[in-house]
Amino acid sequence: MTIPLEYFLILASVLFCLGMYGALARKNAVGILMGIELMLNAVNINLVAFWRYGVVSEFTGQVFALFAITVAAAEAAVGLALVIAIFRSRRTVNADEVDLLKW
Amino acid sequence: MDVNVVLTYVAFFALAGLTLLSALAVVTLRNLLRSALALVVTFIGVAGIYLLLQAEFIAAVQVLLYVGAVTVLILFAIMLTERLMEARLRQFTGKWWLAAPLVVLVLASIVVSLLGAVWVERPKEALPPEPVASLGEILMTRYALPFEIASVLLLVAMVGAIVVAWPIRDRLKVVEEMEERVARAKAGWKERSGSPKDETVEVAR
Repeated sequence: MTIPLEYFLILASVLFCLGMYGALARKNAVGILMGIELMLNAVNINLVAFWRYGVVSEFTGQVFALFAITVAAAEAAVGLALVIAIFRSRRTVNADEVDLLKW
Repeated sequence: MDVNVVLTYVAFFALAGLTLLSALAVVTLRNLLRSALALVVTFIGVAGIYLLLQAEFIAAVQVLLYVGAVTVLILFAIMLTERLMEARLRQFTGKWWLAAPLVVLVLASIVVSLLGAVWVERPKEALPPEPVASLGEILMTRYALPFEIASVLLLVAMVGAIVVAWPIRDRLKVVEEMEERVARAKAGWKERSGSPKDETVEVAR
């Protein structure tokens, strides 16, 4: 008798939606990236929770969460490098001011 | 009710509250530096949730990678672009009022479908005697190829991040020239006079 699976899933969905709000409402590109990190964390909670309440000996959920964390780290590094490069050349990191390719 | 069960529930709700409150701070605070520090608390709360789910290795990776590395990257990015973390600058888009109900709608649909779904009831299995050791074994046998691909991905991302962030002195000038050309092309596009004045307009068409 422990915590039901749904508790973890609801926690993850609330966290995901908070991250989505951050990604949608922020102007600053770093703020948008922080929102995306929150969303990735929420998905990882789901993966680990499904692992714990599923077939434990297979470790599929944990392996998947590990790869998700790896890709998220790569994404953060490249994304923040892009933000710094954009700031160097345009003196802004506001997502709506970087519109050189937009007509 | 067993004391252990009560303690598990207390731990879950404390960690969930910590995680969600700090996540709320991350997305609503005006000072970006403060929201980056709130992000640290969120990451630690998520690591606690992993511990509650008995995924010790993932919790350790979470603390090392997110709390240690990603947060430092984010803080560096904020401090290198310091002009933009000032509180008086507008931090949110003009359409945030549109984003809020949209997000609530998404949350409601997820939660409704989640509570309506019939989950296959299976009792929580006992962990293998040495979970971290078995995880490492599986990573090195069944998931050896994705593991190697992940290491190549990390290498590529590292090189890419260095190349992208490398300072180029003339980049500002190049971008200014491009902006000028785009502005001229836009002006020509709006006129639609049919007599292109220079080659930039020709390119745009």
